[in-house]
Amino acid sequence: MEVFQSHRKSSSNNVIVSILPFYRSAPPLEVRLEDFEFFAMDRLRVLKGISDGLCRGKKPEEMEKLVVDLWKANMRHPQAVEEVNKDIISHFVLRLVYCRTEELRKWFLSMETTLFRHRFRLESSEAQRALMSEFKLPYKAVSNAEFESVKDKLGQVARSMGQNLAAADAIFYKVPFEEVPDLVSGRRVFIHKGHAYVAMNQVVSLVVTQFRSYISKALILTNRKWTSTIREQEKDRLTPIVEALCTSYLGPDYSQPQEFGEISIKDIDQVAKTSFPLCMRHLFEKVKEDHHLKHGGRMQLGLFLKGVGLKLDDALAFWKAEFAPKVSAERFDKEYAYNIRHNYGREGKRTDYTPYSCQKIISVTPGIGDHHGCPYRHFSEENLRAALVRMGLSSRAVEDVMDKVHNRHYQLACTLTFEAVHGSSCDAGINHPNQYFIDSQRVLQSKNGSVA
Amino acid sequence: MTKEEADNGRDDMVIDVPGQANAVPDGFNANYLRIYYGKLFPHADMFKWMSYGNDGKHPGCDKSYFGRREFSFTLENDIYIRFQSFNSVTELENSIKEKCPFKIDIGPVYSVDPAKRHAYAQSGNNVFTPVERELVFDIDISDYDDVRYCCTGADVCLECWPLMTIAIKVIDTSLRDDFGFNHILWVYSGRRGVHCWVCDGKARRLTNEQRAAIADYFHVYKGNENSQKKISLPGLVLHPFLARSYTEVLKGFFEAKLLPNQNLLASEERYEKILEMIPDASVASELRRRWQENKRASMSKDDINIVRWEQLKSILQSGKQKMQGLRRCVEEIVFSYTYPRLDMEVSRHMNHLLKAPFCVHPKTGRVCVPIDPNNCDEFDPTTVPTLSQLLEELNRGGLRQDAENEWDRTSLGESVAFFRTSFLQPLLKSCKEEIENSYNAKLQQSKNDLSWSHVSLKVLLKRTKPTFPSLQLIHQIPSMKWF
Repeated sequence: MEVFQSHRKSSSNNVIVSILPFYRSAPPLEVRLEDFEFFAMDRLRVLKGISDGLCRGKKPEEMEKLVVDLWKANMRHPQAVEEVNKDIISHFVLRLVYCRTEELRKWFLSMETTLFRHRFRLESSEAQRALMSEFKLPYKAVSNAEFESVKDKLGQVARSMGQNLAAADAIFYKVPFEEVPDLVSGRRVFIHKGHAYVAMNQVVSLVVTQFRSYISKALILTNRKWTSTIREQEKDRLTPIVEALCTSYLGPDYSQPQEFGEISIKDIDQVAKTSFPLCMRHLFEKVKEDHHLKHGGRMQLGLFLKGVGLKLDDALAFWKAEFAPKVSAERFDKEYAYNIRHNYGREGKRTDYTPYSCQKIISVTPGIGDHHGCPYRHFSEENLRAALVRMGLSSRAVEDVMDKVHNRHYQLACTLTFEAVHGSSCDAGINHPNQYFIDSQRVLQSKNGSVA
Repeated sequence: MTKEEADNGRDDMVIDVPGQANAVPDGFNANYLRIYYGKLFPHADMFKWMSYGNDGKHPGCDKSYFGRREFSFTLENDIYIRFQSFNSVTELENSIKEKCPFKIDIGPVYSVDPAKRHAYAQSGNNVFTPVERELVFDIDISDYDDVRYCCTGADVCLECWPLMTIAIKVIDTSLRDDFGFNHILWVYSGRRGVHCWVCDGKARRLTNEQRAAIADYFHVYKGNENSQKKISLPGLVLHPFLARSYTEVLKGFFEAKLLPNQNLLASEERYEKILEMIPDASVASELRRRWQENKRASMSKDDINIVRWEQLKSILQSGKQKMQGLRRCVEEIVFSYTYPRLDMEVSRHMNHLLKAPFCVHPKTGRVCVPIDPNNCDEFDPTTVPTLSQLLEELNRGGLRQDAENEWDRTSLGESVAFFRTSFLQPLLKSCKEEIENSYNAKLQQSKNDLSWSHVSLKVLLKRTKPTFPSLQLIHQIPSMKWF
């Protein structure tokens, strides 16, 4: 087996200690066909576990522990060399699997970056420094003289984050701000004339950004190779494995409404009361009240209704009627109809857009005049409590839900709401507004023997 | 130009009725626009700007650059056409004059001419993609409706316009001092807001992720009517950017202008909004009690808002307050009233289209003129030239043979001159330098490459090979050799 440059040898006993590959190049190895598949599935369990953790709003410390546990459970091997090879091989196989559409690439990139970030943070600081130079990051440590001149500002930044500028942190790197977008975004660095002053403990961000950017480009290249040659060449061997790996793990996307077929425009009011999750109820109420919704809200609610089974013509009629007091029919046709048709895949790129999952909805930041997003995250406590009471929750149930919200478990909060409203348990937890809807209809149907 | 001057008449004026013959009724229509685009709109300057120095004079110029920029036109009757592109200033000018758009938007520079996008989209590799785009910001005063009582919605007056002024100051300072940008153009949006165009090369090449990071850096005011606390400033001290904004701009403006002018503490309805922001209910009730007792004029002749604000500050900032949430309460209140409220979506994506400067706003007839950030206190949106006013000024000037620089005869002249000297010229100078440097660097690079030519063949092959399973390995079947 070939040995890679990313192996680290501890100086004390010449044994390979911590190994964190950057997946720069595919190894010239021989791999058995079964390993090809099983290695990938094990890694996929890790990535899926990370995805679940993020959805549930786990804090960084919790995520770190989760990553350790997931890795131990799925990727460990008594022989370090074998572990590294499995690590690398599984990554490259999954690249093939997840390079094929924009959404898959985004998901894979996000999970692999999170995985890398936590694994990197667990390395010792010497190992981290070595890995940094491996990436050939051309960032120089800030000279003592310069450090003195900006020390006050650096201290201010640290204290603004509830930390202190300890002597140990006197090592700062000066990097162009473009290299550390997440630090800039959270105002966690001092920036001056285009340079960010990054503390040693923030260095993770630098490396992770490089990693992310590299993997992002690599995925595009892989996709080109896949479409142009590999898929066809390997159609009897690798291709079926690759295609199966993907669909077996990412839950349904609800773009094709299944069981309850269609919902027509006259049913909407009724099902909104009984089966919509809070996020969609809120949007629905607002559109009825204001006769308008901003773009973010129209997308979130519109795609949800599509997933629920509202046909394009009914959707157009619905929005037109709701907007009528504020928007004339002609203006509606001019300004809004196009976008609705676009969502149904009848215009432009003809992409059939999929309804947003909880993960996506939770991650947005609604702005002024917006009503989309996840109410469990974005509503003030007062407003959320009021909304829950309007949904019919008892004060005991409201407390349970608020408890989850305080701990930032937004999807668990929604699950508890579901259980309180329907009087039945939801073991799988809510991951998608359309899932809430389908489960709700199922419960109601089994109770009444009819839909809604 | 005053009515008196017009009345006195000018010797070279042919028209007989003094004063009235030049009068152009207020309005916005295709006829007015036609004259505007014919004589006043600065086509050549816009072209020079959008070319960023790629005028073909230097061998390092990219001649395709201007042609890859997207423009979009909104025509009369709300007809909207996207992906307009032009290869020269003449094409741009003729198209504008012919189509007479009610609004012109500027989009990104794409990888290929937008007119040819369909050819590239077919291959599915998404080769038609934005490659450069200015970093832009959009601030709209209607987003401040909950803190201004003088106007709502589309209206704006000299009482509330200063909210825009301080937004410009905060953002402009940060763009220059923190991010190191230099070529920044602020433009009046024509009715109720301002746009900002950051045109440095570094800014144009920012990725969506980096733009989002900058937008988030500026994002302090969060929330809408559903959330209550819109400003949250945790931490023992403020980040240097926020601290500077507070001490240099926001605090002074809030205490001296906004507080008294908008009577933020004078009535119960208004002071309740501020009391709501105090997390300690006992402090809030104490103040409420004091102010309810004191409804009539206070002893001193000072403005009641300022008196009450001092009371509020002295309670919250007294050493006795231990509660965590109270530490930054005063700043949070000031920020929530005055801190810039940006439209995040505008800045995040490269493909967002933004209205071009020097357009005329259909609802007000005002021209979207540049604003000098160093003198933004002087800017008065109620005196910005309108379309009809400009046409009137043209009329007064009489007929002229030379059609160049007609704007000099009108109020628009000042704006065009400012655009050129303060923005365009320094920008173009810097672009030329950049083109030259990058050209020289490339020459040097190829010299280096040549000197390794005897090894280069192998090196080149290695470089062009993607770092992932290539054709080769797939052909080696029997064992599943895979690298």
